[in-house]
Amino acid sequence: MTATQTQDGGAVDPHMVGKSHLQVQNISKAYGDEWDIQHVISDLSLDIPPGKLTVVVGPSGCGKSTLVNLIAGFEKPDSGQILLDGKPVSGPAKDRMVVFQETALIPWQTTYQNVVFGPKLRGDLRGKALDDEAKRLLVKVGLGEFMHKYPLQLSGGMQRRAELARALINEPRIMIMDEPFRGLDAMSRGLMQEFFLRLFEENRRTNLFVTSEIDEAIFLADRLVILSNRPASVRKVLEIDLPRPRHYSMLNSGAAYAYKRDAMELLHEEAMKSFRSPSAGSNFAQSYANPGGH
Amino acid sequence: MANIAQTHAAAPVVRRKSKLAKMMENPSIWRGMLAIAIFMLVWEIGARFDEWFGKEWTLPFIGLIPPPTAVFKAWLEILPQPGYWDSWIQSFKRVLTGFLAAMILGIPFGLALAVNKYFRDLFFPPFEILRPIPPLAWVPASLIFWPTNEMSIAFVTFLGAFFTIVINVLGGARTIDVRYLRAAQSMGATQWDLFSKIILPGTLPSIFTGAAVGMGITWEVVLAAEMISGGGTQGGGGLGVFIWNSYMGGSLEQVVVGMISIGIAGYLSSSVIRWLGDVLMPWRRLF
Repeated sequence: MTATQTQDGGAVDPHMVGKSHLQVQNISKAYGDEWDIQHVISDLSLDIPPGKLTVVVGPSGCGKSTLVNLIAGFEKPDSGQILLDGKPVSGPAKDRMVVFQETALIPWQTTYQNVVFGPKLRGDLRGKALDDEAKRLLVKVGLGEFMHKYPLQLSGGMQRRAELARALINEPRIMIMDEPFRGLDAMSRGLMQEFFLRLFEENRRTNLFVTSEIDEAIFLADRLVILSNRPASVRKVLEIDLPRPRHYSMLNSGAAYAYKRDAMELLHEEAMKSFRSPSAGSNFAQSYANPGGH
Repeated sequence: MANIAQTHAAAPVVRRKSKLAKMMENPSIWRGMLAIAIFMLVWEIGARFDEWFGKEWTLPFIGLIPPPTAVFKAWLEILPQPGYWDSWIQSFKRVLTGFLAAMILGIPFGLALAVNKYFRDLFFPPFEILRPIPPLAWVPASLIFWPTNEMSIAFVTFLGAFFTIVINVLGGARTIDVRYLRAAQSMGATQWDLFSKIILPGTLPSIFTGAAVGMGITWEVVLAAEMISGGGTQGGGGLGVFIWNSYMGGSLEQVVVGMISIGIAGYLSSSVIRWLGDVLMPWRRLF
């Protein structure tokens, strides 16, 4: 991405755009009232280094989406703090853009309108400059001909690419991807992963990618963070030392296989906990079995 | 081969056809017309069964209704009379007054219930107590309460649409995907941006659902209210009074004319709402 101007005219260091350092320090989050408290995240610390693609995997329902909501600022942690380049984050802002599960393109705006939505709201990029930038990004994600279509007229893969363009135009300091390719068929998913990798390898933005697919995680990651079962904390961090640019065939290499075996072992262990713990699954049946007791 | 060449040659001509001509090519239109024709035929035969087949007895129910040809004849006689059109205008006026008032008050009220927790806590319980009361139960009270008949009819009509519109707006605004709001927040949306660019357009489909249902109820209510209150003091008191007077005068044909008139009026009203919905929500007519 080229050098950018902020609204007040001051130049932003082009090397800083998308190259920020995010630190998650000892955060905890619980929901519900005291007598029925659900600890979702417990003392989780995580380092998301600049210019790296950090992938978070965890068993389903472990609190990955809550982690995303906290980092994005949609919710506040009960304790601990989240630092972006050393400054604590408070509330949602354009420096942390989220690409959501499924699609969160606004259905009553065309693809183009969706992309220019953020800059238009803030007024920091306007007129021809905005139009050019939006079109450049739309062409880049292969939607040049589809910019005046509504999201519902696009295929699943196109919608995800439109979302990437919508996030990128805001020049976030970190991109947060919350299971972005969920719900796509295997073919589109593979294509989207490769597309996303090319985009990342071109600019090396700081990236947090959350997924529950282990193959996807290894294929994309510089660093692979494995979360524990709920309440989520970091179980292990693996440095994925596969060469870049990556190609799908690398997943068949011995090294990738070793990563996968390690990760699977840990994930399986964590996933099994939710079956064993009496608080999940069997709880419902138990409450039926002895209706009087607590 | 000749056929293919012909269809290709004919293609540009098709494009120049009028909208009406294109509509006529649509098999759905023809099926609809056929269905109405068969319906009329069955009705005609049923109504004239005794006459045509020389029977002493008539068919139950349908034998008592005037046949469509008689209704049509009665209609032709009524058409030039200003009283008949005055009834249309009167009823339409009342429907429009009540409906517009319900939209103007109901949409902001529903939105306020949806976006503000304090407002919802305060106003939703009384609203929910009043909502199940059928509009017609309000007729006596509003006749006492409002100084003129006209105002009581408008009020009852308003109630018919108001509750439906509010409940639809509230439901629609509450079910907007939180991710749209969050995405907008990340991009720097203010509270007003969230309301005007996400919540309002996101509620639009529900507003139109509420309007369509509300419009139907308004026609139901206005007719009943006219019959009960006797409509206006002078001549044409609306289609409700038209039907009632025809019934009292013993003209069953005119009763059916009045009923069909309401059917047409209702259909016209919902068509306008549907058309407006298509115009305002282009993203909804994609397929």
